[in-house]
Amino acid sequence: MARILRRLVWLGLGVVALAVVSILLQPYGLRPVKLIETGLLAMTPLALAAVGECINERAGMINIGIEGIFLLTAVIGVYWAEVFGAGIYGILVGGVFGAMLGALLGVLGTYGKADQIIAGMGLNVMALGLVQYLLMAIWAFPGIHIFPRELVLPRISIPTPGGLLRISPITIVAIAATVLAHLLLYRTLLGLRIRAAGEKPEAVDVAGINVNHLRIMTSALGGFMAGLGGAFMPLAWFGGLVKEITAGRGFIALAAVVFSGLDPTLALAASFIFGFAEGLAFTIVVTPGVKEAIPFHFVQMTPYILTIIILALFLTGKRFPKALGKPYVRE
Amino acid sequence: MRERLLKVLRKLSESLIAVVIGLLGGAFLMILYGYDPWLAYRALFTGAFGDLSGIFETLAFATPLIMTALTFAVGVRAGLFNIGAEGQMYLGAMGAVMIGGALSLPPGIHLVAATLFGMLLGALWSLPVSALKIYRGVHEVVSTIMLNWVAFWLVMYLITYHFAEPGRAERAVPAQETARYQIIGASLTTVIFVVIGFALLTYFIIWRTTAGYELRLVGYNPEAAQYAGISSVKATYLSFFIGGLAAGLAGASQVLGRPPSWTVYATMGNLLNLGFEGIGVSLIGRNHPIGIIFAAIFYGGLVHGGRFMEFEVGVASELVRAINGIIIIALSIPEIISLIGRIVRRRRE
Repeated sequence: MARILRRLVWLGLGVVALAVVSILLQPYGLRPVKLIETGLLAMTPLALAAVGECINERAGMINIGIEGIFLLTAVIGVYWAEVFGAGIYGILVGGVFGAMLGALLGVLGTYGKADQIIAGMGLNVMALGLVQYLLMAIWAFPGIHIFPRELVLPRISIPTPGGLLRISPITIVAIAATVLAHLLLYRTLLGLRIRAAGEKPEAVDVAGINVNHLRIMTSALGGFMAGLGGAFMPLAWFGGLVKEITAGRGFIALAAVVFSGLDPTLALAASFIFGFAEGLAFTIVVTPGVKEAIPFHFVQMTPYILTIIILALFLTGKRFPKALGKPYVRE
Repeated sequence: MRERLLKVLRKLSESLIAVVIGLLGGAFLMILYGYDPWLAYRALFTGAFGDLSGIFETLAFATPLIMTALTFAVGVRAGLFNIGAEGQMYLGAMGAVMIGGALSLPPGIHLVAATLFGMLLGALWSLPVSALKIYRGVHEVVSTIMLNWVAFWLVMYLITYHFAEPGRAERAVPAQETARYQIIGASLTTVIFVVIGFALLTYFIIWRTTAGYELRLVGYNPEAAQYAGISSVKATYLSFFIGGLAAGLAGASQVLGRPPSWTVYATMGNLLNLGFEGIGVSLIGRNHPIGIIFAAIFYGGLVHGGRFMEFEVGVASELVRAINGIIIIALSIPEIISLIGRIVRRRRE
C-alpha cells in the first residue's frame, strides 16, 4: 500500500513539474499539447524496448544490444513497408526480425554460454556498420533514405482543451503491453517461472522446465518488442531514415529498465520521463525566441544528462535477479 | 614456459577463428545483395597490405584504434565494461585543437602540450563515470554511452561556435606547424611511436606494478581482492583514468598526427566510431596491449582496404564495421574452439 502511495506522490510531482514547464514556456509560443504529443512519441520505442527487457532480465538474461536491434529493425521495417505498401506491415516485420535477433542472443547466452554484454555490444557494433551498408545496398544512397509519405502510420486525434492531441496507435499498444507484462510477471504461472529463472534457475530446472528454452523465449520476446520500437521510429514518428536514427535510445531504454528495478509499470513511467525530456528538446529546438537564445547543441544534450541525473538520484535500493547474466549450468 | 606458449597459441587461434567467422559473415552479406565477395576481399587486402603506401596508410588507421582498444582492455582487466572511449576520444581531439590549433607556443613545447592536454581532457571526461559507479552504483555501460552523446554535442558546439577556422565552416582550426607530428609516409606520422610507447607503458603498469596487480585482481576475483584488503575504488579510478588518457591520445592523434586534415571536421566525420571500433580490436587482441597492437594493424587494414573495396566493387566500406561486430559476437562465446570441435565430432559420428 505504501509503495503505491509513494508512486502516486511521485506521479503527482511529475505532473506538476510538467505543468510548470509547459506554463513557463507558453510565452515563447510553445504549446503544451504539442509537447505531450512529442513526448508520447519519444516514449513509445523506449517503453516497448524497456518493458520487453524487464521481462528478459527477470529471467536472468541481459540484452545490451537493444540499440543494434533498434537500428536494424528501423531499416528492415522501412524496406518491408515499401514492399507491402503500408507502414503497419513494416512495423510488424520489424518486430519479427527483432524477435529473431533476440532469439539469437538468447541462444548465444544460454547454449553458447556467451558473455551476454559482449555479445550484445557486438550486435550494436555490427548494426552501426550494417545500417550504412544496407542503405547503400538497398537504396544506393549513403546515410539517408526518405520514403513515401503514405507509408507513415496515421495517428489518432483526441480532442483536448489545448487543441487536438494526435497520438500513434503504437503508443496505445505500448501502454497495453506494459499492463500485460505486469499481469504476466505477477499474476501467471509463466511469470512465476520467469522470475524464478532469474533468481534460482535450479528450482525451475528441478520443476521440469527447461531454463534455457524459457530464457531464449524471453529474449525473443524482448527482441520482438524492441523491434516494434525500432521500426516505429521511421514509420510512425520521423517519416524518414537516417543512419544515426536511434541516437542512443537503446541505451536510454536500458537506463529506464535499470531505473525501474525491472518493474514494467515503472519502466513505462521512466520511458515517459526520458521521452518527455526528448520531446521538450525537440520542441525547443524549433521554437522561435528560444532557439536563438540557447544553441541547439545544449538542448540536444538534455536527454542524456537527465538520464544520468535520474539514475544517480534514484538507483539506490534496487534489487536485481541473482542469476542475472549468468548462463545456467546443471550441476 | 611450454604451457604459456600453448595458452598464447590457443588464444591466437580463437581470434583467428573469430576473424574467419567475421569475414565469412561479411561474404554472406555481400552475396545477399549481389556483390562478388572474392573480388571485394581481394581489392580490400591488396589495397591494405599490397604496397608500402598501403601499409603506411593501414598503420595510420591503426594508430587511434590501438588507443581506444586499450581503453576497453584496461577496463576489462579491472572487471569493467568501459565503452566510453568514443566520448573521451572526442574530448581528446578537442583538447588538441584548443592547444595545437588555437594557441601559439614555441616549437617542441607546443606539440607536447597539445598532446598532454588532449590526454588530460580525455581522462577528465572519464572521472564522472568512475564517481557514478563508485558512489551511486550506476553501471558504466549506461553512464559512458550517455556521456559519449554529451561529449558529441559539446564538441560540436565548441567547434561550431568557438574554434571554427575563420572562413572555412567545415572544420575547426587545424593544428599549427609547431604542433604537428612528422610525416613518415602517406598519412602515417610519428605519433604512432607515442601510441605504441603508451601501450607498452600501460602493459608495464598493469603487469609489472603493485597497483596494476591490484587492478587485475579486482577484475579477476573481486571477493579475493576484498579479502586481501585491496580497494576496488582505487582500481576503478585507475582503470578509467588510464583508459581516459588512452582515448584522449587517440583523439589528439587524429588532430596532431593525421594529414591532410590536422583537425576535427565540423561533422566530426574523422572521429566518429573510432571508440566503438576499439572494442572489437581489443577483443581480437585478447585485451592485451601487445595483442592489441597487432589486432589494430589488422583492423586498420580492413578499414583502409574497405575504401578500395568500395571503389572497385561498389560495396559500402562500412561493411567492415559489420564484420567487426560479427567478430565481437563470435569472441563473446568462450571456448569457441572446443565448441567447434564438439560440433565437428558430432558430425563425424
